[in-house]
Amino acid sequence: MKNKEPLILVIVVAFTLLTYWLVEPYAHSVMHKHVESVNFTYPDLMPVSKTGNVANGKELVTGAAACTGCHSIEKEGMPAMMDAVSAAASYGVNPPDLSEAGAIYDAKFLANLVVNPAHALKVEHKFDAAKGEMHPMTAFYGAGGDIDQEVADIVSYLQSIAPKPSEVTPKMAYENACGRCHAMKYENWTQIGEKPAFKFEKDSLAFDIQVLEYQEHLTKYMGKLPPDLSMYIRSRGEHFISTFIENPQAHLEGTAMPRVGVTADAAEKVIEHLADAGDTKRHERDSIGKTVMIYSVIFAIFALLWKKQVWKDLH
Amino acid sequence: MAHFTKATSVKDWLNQRLAIEKVEKVMASEYWIPKNINFLWAMGMVLAITFALLLVSGIFLLMYYQPDVKDAFYSVNYTIMRDVDFGWLWRHVHGVAASVVFLVIYIHMFTGIYYGSYKKGREMIWISGMLLFVTFSAEAFSGYMLPWGQMSYWAGMVITNIFSLGGLHLDGLVEWIRGDYVPAQAFLGRFFMLHVLLLPLVIIGLIGLHFAALRIPHVNNQDGEEIDFNAEAKKYLAGDKAGSKVIRFANDFMAKDLMVVGVYLIFFFYLVFFQYGFALDAVNFDPADGLKTPAHIYPEWYFLWSYEILRPFSINIGLIAFGFAQVIFVLLPWLDRSPNAVPASRRGLFSVWFWLLLIDMIVLTAMGKLPPEGAFSTIGLVAAVAFIVLWIALPFITKYEKKV
Repeated sequence: MKNKEPLILVIVVAFTLLTYWLVEPYAHSVMHKHVESVNFTYPDLMPVSKTGNVANGKELVTGAAACTGCHSIEKEGMPAMMDAVSAAASYGVNPPDLSEAGAIYDAKFLANLVVNPAHALKVEHKFDAAKGEMHPMTAFYGAGGDIDQEVADIVSYLQSIAPKPSEVTPKMAYENACGRCHAMKYENWTQIGEKPAFKFEKDSLAFDIQVLEYQEHLTKYMGKLPPDLSMYIRSRGEHFISTFIENPQAHLEGTAMPRVGVTADAAEKVIEHLADAGDTKRHERDSIGKTVMIYSVIFAIFALLWKKQVWKDLH
Repeated sequence: MAHFTKATSVKDWLNQRLAIEKVEKVMASEYWIPKNINFLWAMGMVLAITFALLLVSGIFLLMYYQPDVKDAFYSVNYTIMRDVDFGWLWRHVHGVAASVVFLVIYIHMFTGIYYGSYKKGREMIWISGMLLFVTFSAEAFSGYMLPWGQMSYWAGMVITNIFSLGGLHLDGLVEWIRGDYVPAQAFLGRFFMLHVLLLPLVIIGLIGLHFAALRIPHVNNQDGEEIDFNAEAKKYLAGDKAGSKVIRFANDFMAKDLMVVGVYLIFFFYLVFFQYGFALDAVNFDPADGLKTPAHIYPEWYFLWSYEILRPFSINIGLIAFGFAQVIFVLLPWLDRSPNAVPASRRGLFSVWFWLLLIDMIVLTAMGKLPPEGAFSTIGLVAAVAFIVLWIALPFITKYEKKV
């Protein structure tokens, strides 16, 4: 009697793999738009040609360019003028603190943002200056000198006060670049910051009301409340999130979400933070997975030996 | 009343009361299995092991799951996946096993069809098996509702809508099933009950029936040979193990089963830890939102073929075709008119029928997931019609089959 088992195994495995390929990789490649990353180089933006002067930049940021009229720079002892809720009431969203901006956002992006926010943020479909729809961030028209030089100075100053890119933590990157619009319940994060542990329920409820008020302003500004990102690492996956952050319009044309202009390094950190929230046990899964695989192989070897021993009299 | 004597040992004590030696013989050492079998005969054991994995992992998940529309998603994705030690492991085992169990069921089913194991006294094995398939389907569907993600909600919406039966407009029946106008708390509560109590009870009962149905006709073999089990068993017990055509269930058959289970578990745990995406759909990691329909709604892969029989037609015809697909497999022992209970390879046209059916169901599965546009809808329609034609042709093909 010829042993047909190898042939049967090949047939079973081949049909299984074919079905898998059709319903998973193939079907998903048809259903989802494929977007390639350009590694956060922002090729559509004007490059920074001048070398900036930090001292001059500081003067501009705090003076003529009037950045600090809306943005706080906590690190330099310049606190926010208003609380987050009032700021959202005025601008739609709370303007970010600039202490870490130089490390999280791409230099070229920052330079372009300063002179034409709607363009750098890719929200010109929402804010068309020609129609009088102004972006809440006022453009910088120059302080009288060479505007390219002035912009380079501003960027240099922001970079000079920022932590080194290696000091940017995943949490810091997320809170700065995403956290003023996107809550993250599983990390206890709201759009107005981490929710503290309150002793009295009344204080906790008062905080929740603040969050709800902020969300109301934000919803009005964005069209809908931006989603909570707790489980996005599992629901969207790394590739989608990365290319979406790089250019939201490439995936979802017309979306109100701005291009936030993070560096490639900061984008990786944002994704790491998402993984820390939604795929917390990934390292444990990998290490236990390896152990279980080794155990399974040993088990299979013993099972094979037992079968051989039992069947030696049967043939 | 039976006469009891002072027990000489624990075993004797149990023997007088439970006849454990007799039971062991009947269930294991003198339960005879044909020797001429291949690894496909181990799928029953693979299924039993997978069911055990589902049961055990399910028990652990049940300790933390909250069947409440406000808390369900959180209890699964936060409490179980983050807070509970190894909660993620139980969920991955449960989710992957729920998907893989259908792969093994399909292999088991097609093995039965290929070797003609539904004929000549084995009809009840086939019928109880198909009832298990239906109950497992209901179990899988009800379980899929529980994380209360986007796919839970929308699959629940779409599948319960089927019960309005198209042109009959039985909207009242749909509301009765849901307990509400849309899937909500009443819906989640009853599907939770079905998933953790009623359906598992039915499954366990049916597994008992499935095993009992095997008892009298015995397990089939690779060549469809009719074996005199009594004579062969005597030969075995007389010491001619190599010459006998039968083997003991334990340890002979079990040893081979366990070897296959060993290989299967390597595959299974690889999926659990490193390749689980196919079983834990990304869309279901978004919480249920009745105001936001996902761009693509599709069932899990094991329902795709029957979904695609429903989809390419107009609603009423689609429902009739769908109903046909659900019951037709059960009727296989009577639609196959041939007296031959041998492998398909020796049955002429039936062999062609078998491979066409298998390929057609894979095509249906693929088209069921792909968006119904352009060439995909045409292929889907052709495959759905082919499925129906194949089953209508079966009695005619087999009626004129030559006796082998």
